[in-house]
Amino acid sequence: MSTAESATPSRTTSPATEATTPPAGGTATATAPGPGPRRTPGLVPVTETRGTAERTPREPEPGRAGGPAAPLPRRAGAFWRLLGSELGLTFRRPRNLLMLSVLAIVPIIIGIALSLVSAPDDGIGGVIASVAGNSLMLTFFAFSFLVLLLMPVTVSVVAGDALAGEAGAGTLRYLLAAPAGRTRLLLVKYLNAAIYAYAATAVVALSSLLTGLVLFPAGPLTLLSGTTISMGEGLVRIAVAVGYVGAAMAALAAVALALSAFTEVSIGAIAATMVLVVVCQVLRAIPELDVITPYLLPARFTDFDAVLRAPIDWAALWDGLLAFAAYIALFGSIAWARFSGKDITS
Amino acid sequence: MTAVTSEAGAPFGAAPPSGGEAIVTRGLTKRFRSGQVAVDTLDLSVPRGSVFGFLGPNGSGKTTTIRMLLGLVKPTAGEYSVLGLPQAEALPRVGALVEGPAFYPYLSGAANLMRFDAADPTAPRATARRRIAEALERVGLSAAAGKRYRHYSLGMRQRLAIAAALLGPRELLVLDEPTNGLDPQGTREVRALVKEIASDGTTVFVSSHLLAEVEQMCTHAAIMRTGRLVAHGTIASLSGGLAARIRVETPDAAGAARVLGALGLADVRTDEGGTVTAELGGHAPERLNAALVGEEVAVRGLAVVRPSLEDVFVRLTGEGFDVDG
Repeated sequence: MSTAESATPSRTTSPATEATTPPAGGTATATAPGPGPRRTPGLVPVTETRGTAERTPREPEPGRAGGPAAPLPRRAGAFWRLLGSELGLTFRRPRNLLMLSVLAIVPIIIGIALSLVSAPDDGIGGVIASVAGNSLMLTFFAFSFLVLLLMPVTVSVVAGDALAGEAGAGTLRYLLAAPAGRTRLLLVKYLNAAIYAYAATAVVALSSLLTGLVLFPAGPLTLLSGTTISMGEGLVRIAVAVGYVGAAMAALAAVALALSAFTEVSIGAIAATMVLVVVCQVLRAIPELDVITPYLLPARFTDFDAVLRAPIDWAALWDGLLAFAAYIALFGSIAWARFSGKDITS
Repeated sequence: MTAVTSEAGAPFGAAPPSGGEAIVTRGLTKRFRSGQVAVDTLDLSVPRGSVFGFLGPNGSGKTTTIRMLLGLVKPTAGEYSVLGLPQAEALPRVGALVEGPAFYPYLSGAANLMRFDAADPTAPRATARRRIAEALERVGLSAAAGKRYRHYSLGMRQRLAIAAALLGPRELLVLDEPTNGLDPQGTREVRALVKEIASDGTTVFVSSHLLAEVEQMCTHAAIMRTGRLVAHGTIASLSGGLAARIRVETPDAAGAARVLGALGLADVRTDEGGTVTAELGGHAPERLNAALVGEEVAVRGLAVVRPSLEDVFVRLTGEGFDVDG
């Protein structure tokens, strides 16, 4: 086909091109390469595009300084600007705010329900009595209830939507063409999801705390084991529990984000994460499968109750945090491996 | 199929306006996992400062090519260069509209632009508001800046996407079907905008299926067909590549066809209305007229028909081979 021959970019082969090129100016040098590799300056071989080009910016070739190719400075704080934009998007989105308000309302409902029922004399009665007996206990009770399903749903929606939602809406292609940078965007997406996970945890804690203070007596806290601690120490233990549960939800966010990198339908990533959570809860309930229980992420969620031991069972908390870190590292890598090489065709 | 060739050696005949190419691809190929070859060894060269029309029927690989140039899709083979820079350096200088607008429906137009500006690590935050206001002004959306994208009309959405492509100083503008969804008024405005942008020295790479539009706007064009480049050159060289035809209106169609054939004209055709056409070749039309009259063929009308870009396009992309229509 003659077109292919005549239309071949002929910077390096065509004397005609060079002859018509103005001799001055930064770009002119690029059109008339001297001896050396025959590669056109800036021509990116396929193996170097994408992730590699993004991670290791190549050194500017001599002769390209000045002119239209003067390097554009990366603005200081550009990463934080993108994270700020991401947070603004997440925390202004009505759906996400609605989920946070549901998380705030549930502890209020639990508190009111517990203040109305009289404690029966069986196992659960002890829990109800202890919640009703101290304003701080509602927080722990709300956590042990919400970490099973409602908080994981909330976090999965935000993290599972993070990439799939942008891909489905088509905004991902414009973000990457901006260019946001794949690794940079993934990191921003994860940090955003982790911050939302902590926000959800904090909302549950604050709502429970306020509800507890209104409905139940304040004062020294009697732990399940019978030991009594001061209210100040109780608040510290709540803070530790928030730190732990937030990390648990951030680990789940890594799983949801990884799944989100595989699809353009965010509901798919969200549902898949929820299925994983529920399956793990079921597996955990089967005594014969005790061997694998420590490796299941949701099995670690309820371990925040280590702060209710006297003294705090730090070993259990560290074990859990290590598991969360392992999950974040594993699923973060999966997300990166998938997202950095993915063809964006949406 | 004959390809339209441009002058050998210098790909575009004309001198590159400011030296170098804005886009170069060599053997660029994309084979999707399905096995479908979307782009097949594409050798494209877009001179700086040109308004380059990228034509082809749906599914011919235009958008996949654009996606590869923007780093969204990874080529299977081949090389490409945008502005002669590494990708991360080049993209901030490129404004792009790819396969229609895509924005956050719950944000206003201005907030949407702020979002995409934040994604560009080279965009200065301090000037963001001013640049956004200017971009909105340029596409005539200032009045709707605070309105939610959800409530934008199709034309407003398209304008907002063009505004997003104009957020910074650009050296290359990639516009994929920029007039989609625009009313005639909007289409004219986009055309004027493209001309204005190009007059600043910005290279504009515009894909379109509206051939008349490309013919009006562009200095150069390339035509794709099933992933392959079938034509590439200046608009003039593309249209000139197709042979001009002589068109004879006569009551004696058979006689005219016989005379033209005897004179050695190629591809003589007679259509139902008694019109005979043939490739003009090197013949002078007035001599043909004389020859026809000399053979006692009555001539009611005689014209030379120069092919339009649409003729070139239709011929090369094979949708209806009958060039004379």
